[in-house]
Amino acid sequence: MTTPVPTAGGSPGGASGPTSTAPNLQPPTRRNTELLLLAFAAFMVTLSLVLVEGNQEQAITMEVGYYGLAFLVLFGAAHLAVRRWAPYADPLILPCAALLNGLGLVMIHRIDLAKIESTLRRGKTVWEPEAPQQVVWTALGLVLFVAILLVVKNHRTLAKLGYTFGLAGLVALALPGILPAPLSRPVNGAKIWLQFGFASIQPGEFAKIMLMIFFASFLVAKRDLFTAAGRRFLGMDLPRARDLGPIIAAWLVSIGVLVLERDLGSSLLFFGIVLVMLYIATERAAWVVLGLSLFVGGCLVAYQLFSHVQIRVANWLHPLHDVYDKSLQVAQALFGLATGGLFGTGLGNGRPDLVPEAQTDYITAALGEELGFVGLAAILLLYGLLALRGLRSALAVRDSFGKLLGAGLSFAVCLQVFVVVGGVTTLIPVTGLTAPFLSKGGSSLLANYILIALLLRISDAARRPQPTSKPKRPPQPAIADQSTVMVERPS
Amino acid sequence: MQLTRAGFLILLWLFVLAALRVVRSDLYAASGLRVSAPGFRRDKEKGRRGKAARQLVVTHGALAGTRISLEGRPILIGRADDSTLVLDDDYASTRHARLSLRGTDWYVEDLGSTNGTYLDRAKVTAPLRVPLGVPIRIGKTVIELRS
Repeated sequence: MTTPVPTAGGSPGGASGPTSTAPNLQPPTRRNTELLLLAFAAFMVTLSLVLVEGNQEQAITMEVGYYGLAFLVLFGAAHLAVRRWAPYADPLILPCAALLNGLGLVMIHRIDLAKIESTLRRGKTVWEPEAPQQVVWTALGLVLFVAILLVVKNHRTLAKLGYTFGLAGLVALALPGILPAPLSRPVNGAKIWLQFGFASIQPGEFAKIMLMIFFASFLVAKRDLFTAAGRRFLGMDLPRARDLGPIIAAWLVSIGVLVLERDLGSSLLFFGIVLVMLYIATERAAWVVLGLSLFVGGCLVAYQLFSHVQIRVANWLHPLHDVYDKSLQVAQALFGLATGGLFGTGLGNGRPDLVPEAQTDYITAALGEELGFVGLAAILLLYGLLALRGLRSALAVRDSFGKLLGAGLSFAVCLQVFVVVGGVTTLIPVTGLTAPFLSKGGSSLLANYILIALLLRISDAARRPQPTSKPKRPPQPAIADQSTVMVERPS
Repeated sequence: MQLTRAGFLILLWLFVLAALRVVRSDLYAASGLRVSAPGFRRDKEKGRRGKAARQLVVTHGALAGTRISLEGRPILIGRADDSTLVLDDDYASTRHARLSLRGTDWYVEDLGSTNGTYLDRAKVTAPLRVPLGVPIRIGKTVIELRS
């Protein structure tokens, strides 16, 4: 079982040489590792496509190979851009994203096949495949990825635009809630979409990143404000009452999102990110406790006021209470996961199309059904690796803004996956977020590629060796150790 | 049929394991800078000298916990973007202090900062040798050298 397991960093040529006496040693860039893993990911995606086509009794033609090749070429181009513009970037982030995105594409295609068949059988209008559209979004996402690497040469330049990003993010977040119906039509109760004739986008996804940039720069500039000691209570340093402004503002915004856009997921994600970034900046648990109690309070009020929140909580507590109507989705997802069991039904052998919206919010249920617990665990680990490498870059980078932004971006991925998978497996109420890279949805994909590009930029800054401004002097012994040499006076 | 099902899962896990191997390979690097395996280095160095400063550790301040591995290049500390250690500290100057290697010892010098640099409790006016584990105070940040 020794398929392409890349050795550590492609064992860089000079790494084993002397180190402390030869300080001009270049750290390995690890780009070959990245390429190998990308090729592995492309192979996996092609294989999964073959399995799906085979098990769905489609003709397997050379076309499948071409798809795999196109996938490799797309990500190969992104890889070349990383090689060119961020040579010291982390080698794991892009391959993990590529594999997740590829598996998502295959799963969407697989659900398309099932839907086409079932609509044909029932004599309805034939289901329009959604996979081609998602492929276009993937390509666009990679273009955006390269563009961000090209434009943002140094992540610290973003800190200077912090307030601009903050304002833009707020506007983007609020826009769908405020705009009238023809421009923003509620989909499944949530008013988070902007319609532009040909496409609809979810500005909240982009707002998430812009607000994270704002918070990172704001917290770096105003860190002292949050660490001023207040009263001590139950072993925690509570902040002073007048320092509570920013967190209450964030709470109001997240409640506003909940009320105006009826979107539980974005609201939760936004507030969670704010809390974690505050915690990272101040190292004070009091903020998290305070924020969580605010959030719980908000949730209790929302539960009393809004019927859609009540339905979701009811579906969470009793997934089988109304199987034919309200809790159909949750119940079918649970049945799907149960059918999958430990090892899954095999790609293309399950019935993931029985779950409504299986290609967006419930794609993890579809993957869990066909790949089983073992496969879903591997997918969750891929997310974990992605966030791990992001957090590691945040630890290694040498400026506070980079640290905060990197940690915030990585945590956002974690929290989003937790909320999605927790919702699907009824650990927490369903909130209606998309699984990053897996789910169908253009905005989510584009935003996540921006996120990845920023993480790569930060990790590049963390691992890049410091430029030496002056030529190296040969190391000389300390003055005390130097021997005295008698020099004869020239006569 | 069963073979392809199991095979795909095995391959999926192989991908995860391959990625974990990459993670393991730089687990020991103190910061992103030091990447070669520490095992080789320690053996080689033991023979030559006992304790050389290998890393700079921030012990207090906003960047506490940050480690920078010392590779012989001078380390610039200050608020300037191109510093090795970028401080966001109102009490630090743009170019505050410099640590540089002379022979086998590291020296700290103040680059004309407003609030000064302190080695332990002494104000740094001329380049001073920095022993291991002695705190250098710059604004609200405290750093020290470790082997």
